[in-house]
Amino acid sequence: MDYIDPHIHMVSRTTDDYATLARMGCVAMSEPAFWAGYDRGSVDGFRDYFRQLTETEPKRAAAYGIQHFTWLCINAKEAENVSLSRDVIAMIPEFLDAANVLGIGEIGLNKNTRNESIIFLEHLELAIKHNQSILIHTPHLEDKFQGTRMILDMLSDDKRIDRTRVLVDHVEEHTIAEVLDRGFWAGMTLYPITKCTPERAADMIEMTGGERLLVNSAGDWGPSKPTAVPDLIFELRRRGHRESLIKKVVYDNPIEFFSQSSNFKFKPRDAS
Amino acid sequence: MTQRPANIVLEESFLDVRAKVLEIAAVLDRVDRSLQEDTTLDEDISVRRDKIHDAIRLLLSEGTDRAERVQLLFSRKYSPAWRSELKVD
Repeated sequence: MDYIDPHIHMVSRTTDDYATLARMGCVAMSEPAFWAGYDRGSVDGFRDYFRQLTETEPKRAAAYGIQHFTWLCINAKEAENVSLSRDVIAMIPEFLDAANVLGIGEIGLNKNTRNESIIFLEHLELAIKHNQSILIHTPHLEDKFQGTRMILDMLSDDKRIDRTRVLVDHVEEHTIAEVLDRGFWAGMTLYPITKCTPERAADMIEMTGGERLLVNSAGDWGPSKPTAVPDLIFELRRRGHRESLIKKVVYDNPIEFFSQSSNFKFKPRDAS
Repeated sequence: MTQRPANIVLEESFLDVRAKVLEIAAVLDRVDRSLQEDTTLDEDISVRRDKIHDAIRLLLSEGTDRAERVQLLFSRKYSPAWRSELKVD
């Protein structure tokens, strides 16, 4: 089955992973800007990273028939450096017209601090000013519930935000309902330890019906599995779910959400 | 969405759950064996063990939302007044 991985960090992965993903049915992916594993020291460090996301990765992906899209921001872990964050936010518009940029992301919170909240709000201003979709990172482990609620408060308090153009990622059992009930899209991340297994993701699809729901591998430089989405496809098939439901979650829903971005010019595999 | 029969769900999950319960039992045994040689757990580590004990008790409760309640047990609390507390306008 053709599928789209809506959240994967290919700058951290080998070319062999592109080949494997293509063979598993991955036809498109979106790569949000994230933390490199260390704090970058200058706005030029981010400028180079955004060139990698908008120039290099699309070429690597295209060599294996995969369409690569991306999102730009300074991530929450580096938001404690408010001055650098503001410099990066001011520089991002240089890249918003690049052919594969879908919007602003993955913005969000990490430890739910004041500075993270301030920079999150400034990213929202950037997205609103440039009419961009938004992809949101929610915190890990014990910080997730509190941080997700804080993020939803900030989004809901701003009446200029179009909730259908916001994807709140890394939802789990204690956050998914609030995200969907408030009218946002929700993403589930299949991580071996810290987030969600394919089995639990399948449970949440069964409980919610799969509307406005995406699933991703978030494959990166840490413990993660870039082929996790096919694992979910297999689990849903094993449980006897219809192919139409599976396709909706791993293909149709990403296309519907991404299509709100003017740069999303996706070509299905069988298109001429 | 139609749910699959409970007999099938439990049967196909049984060995997996058995293995996970054994892992938990073995970890708790490992901690207690170490405690026989050491004195006590540090306070912050003790809090974590208490959380695990609370989670295990929660598993034996009724309902279809145990996973959500376990998640909340391991979560920091949310305050609706967070904006004023953090002084974020």
